[in-house]
Amino acid sequence: MNGSEMNIRKLRSAAMAISAAGVAISLAACGSAGPAGSNVSSDAATMWGLTGGNQPVLQKSVDDWNQANPDKSIKLDFFANDAYKTKVRTAVGAGEGPTFIYGWGGGVLKSYVDAGQVDDLSGFLKDNPEVKDRYLPSVLKNGEVDGKTYALPNNNVQPVVLYYNKEAFDKAGAQPPKTWDELMALVPKFKDAGIAPFSLGGQSKWPDLMWLEYLVERIGGPEVFANIAANKPGAWSDPAVKEALTKIQELVDAGGFINGFSSIAADSNADQALMYTGKSAMILQGGWIYQGMKKDAADFVKSGKLGYTTFPTVPGGKGDPANVVGNPSNFWSISAKATDAQKKAALDYVKDGMFTDANTDALINSGAVPVVQGIESKLEASPDKDFLTFVYGLAKNAPSFTLSWDQALSPAQGDAMLSNLDQIFLKKITPEQFITTMNATVGK
Amino acid sequence: MASPVTAGRGVRDAGPSGWLAAPALIFFLVFAVVPLIGVVFLSFTSWNGLGEIKLDGLSSWTTVLTDPVTGNALVVTAKIMFFSFIVQAPVSLLLGVFTAGAQKYRAALAVLYFLPLLLSSAAVAIAFKALLDPNFGLGPGFGLPALAQDWLGNSDLVLFVVVFVIAWQFVPFHTLIYQGGVRQIPASLYEAAEIDGAGRFRQFWSITLPQLKYTIITSSTLMVVGSLAYFDLIFVLTGGGPGYSTRLLPLHMYLTGFKANDMGAASALGVMLVVIGLGLALLLQRLGGKNRNASQLEGV
Repeated sequence: MNGSEMNIRKLRSAAMAISAAGVAISLAACGSAGPAGSNVSSDAATMWGLTGGNQPVLQKSVDDWNQANPDKSIKLDFFANDAYKTKVRTAVGAGEGPTFIYGWGGGVLKSYVDAGQVDDLSGFLKDNPEVKDRYLPSVLKNGEVDGKTYALPNNNVQPVVLYYNKEAFDKAGAQPPKTWDELMALVPKFKDAGIAPFSLGGQSKWPDLMWLEYLVERIGGPEVFANIAANKPGAWSDPAVKEALTKIQELVDAGGFINGFSSIAADSNADQALMYTGKSAMILQGGWIYQGMKKDAADFVKSGKLGYTTFPTVPGGKGDPANVVGNPSNFWSISAKATDAQKKAALDYVKDGMFTDANTDALINSGAVPVVQGIESKLEASPDKDFLTFVYGLAKNAPSFTLSWDQALSPAQGDAMLSNLDQIFLKKITPEQFITTMNATVGK
Repeated sequence: MASPVTAGRGVRDAGPSGWLAAPALIFFLVFAVVPLIGVVFLSFTSWNGLGEIKLDGLSSWTTVLTDPVTGNALVVTAKIMFFSFIVQAPVSLLLGVFTAGAQKYRAALAVLYFLPLLLSSAAVAIAFKALLDPNFGLGPGFGLPALAQDWLGNSDLVLFVVVFVIAWQFVPFHTLIYQGGVRQIPASLYEAAEIDGAGRFRQFWSITLPQLKYTIITSSTLMVVGSLAYFDLIFVLTGGGPGYSTRLLPLHMYLTGFKANDMGAASALGVMLVVIGLGLALLLQRLGGKNRNASQLEGV
């Protein structure tokens, strides 16, 4: 082999390598541009939403926006709740997050703010007062961190509600509980009637938390959790926490929760199905499951068999019975890593595409209460007006609306809390052990 | 005839060019060694996945090693490994021997047995979750009280349910390995044994089993080391619950990293997992005997 031949060979292999790399890059480019033929450009703003509940409403809102604004189109993908929470954080951490970051406010939002991953929207609100004015002020506040707005509410108020099956109550000859003692007295009544008193999606863990949130709220008032959220040392040692955990274990012991609750996942809506099929009489769940039941159990909801009420009071408790816990709303944050074009499209959508009349009506029709002002008449006109006005009143008249704890706390604390609360429901640990473990996570 | 032992030739000529290993080696370097170094580094830092990565000395390691959940995860992993092995190894060995037979009906059955291999772990998990549901599953559906246990919600039962589902999914794979192994055994061995008057059981014990020695080691290594990697199936089936009952090491690592967002501790768990996996693989290879080159077909 002579020298020139060798050079040609080298040259050829180099060229091969370069063209291979070229192919790879162009393939990658295709990937990010999405399927050919769609009108979404590669620099379109991206949005990740959640499946279930508001999915069709959000899809419609974005479709309408894309049709009217092809130059500022948004590419929308949906994920299941639990999967979304891990995926979005990883993506944001890697600088690959969507333009619109769907969130709940609280500790997770704060961690994004601390890492400089989301834009400060205070200036946007000042320039566009009409955006600020459309929201219920108490809800808007949940998007603030250190006095600046980083997240804007994007859907509906979601207080946690006690739902019940009226047929099951007729069968057992029972009345919805107004106090914790009445609730405990209902347990044997329903068991005798062959109906499980409460359904619970225990495998998902966060439905367990609703019990702790409300019991602590009713027993000790909103200050108890406010102290915990403020990372005060020993905040979990408040006697209200211990009493609440003890009450939960008493209810478990009494057989209050349906057989097999720890293997029921809330993401598949099996927990609510147990209630509307009459296998269980009641379920403590978020306001959003009304939308699910309206779709999956239309007859049940339409025929008025679905009952709902507030969480019972606890005798001697300090909390105002009008206080609620849950999610004030979901929120959009705008990724700090998005391009200018993406950010512009995103903010324009927030301003002109969100909570349009059509969007607000669609939310109400789906069985949700949008977080905007002046919708009383619309709610009145809805076929779901009983539930919607109940939820609206609940949210509007609540002296305190505590954000779901797993969202309010830092992710590390939230995860430890859910794991340990699961252990409480399974009776693997005592309330004292729970409190000691949780006190050790303060500040993490 | 035993193959002639080649000696005295240079290493260079001993076999095909070492470059054949290059593609695999590059892949291994880029996708295994480099991330591994990253994980070792991260295990000495604290990082929540979003902000700055801060060097933090041994704090992640002390957190992980003093956390009772880690100890529990190790116990759960060992239990799943042990029970998976004692369930899967005999079943797949026997099925492998059975399906290796030349009869038509065995070939037909083999195709059926291998069906679970086509399904993804997530699909298997979702299907079993639905079948085992205490309120809407098989038992209540058919009105069979014996099947209406709280399979996935009972802390004592759930581990065995998980072992069963894992076996359901992976026995076909190991059956396939054994089937191939059995088919490689020269028929002349069995013919000779038959002439000597050995029965079926004796043939299995004295010919099939010893001849399958390396197949058994391969399959066992895959089973044991593989059980360190059971993640997807259990994640979907139980999510590690109820409580910590099925939270085995890989799942514990994932939940620590991506639910609690403690990447430092998760990396420390990852390093533990690698060390345990490598140790077990080496141990099993050792069990294969020192004289790896000894022929299994001496005198054939």
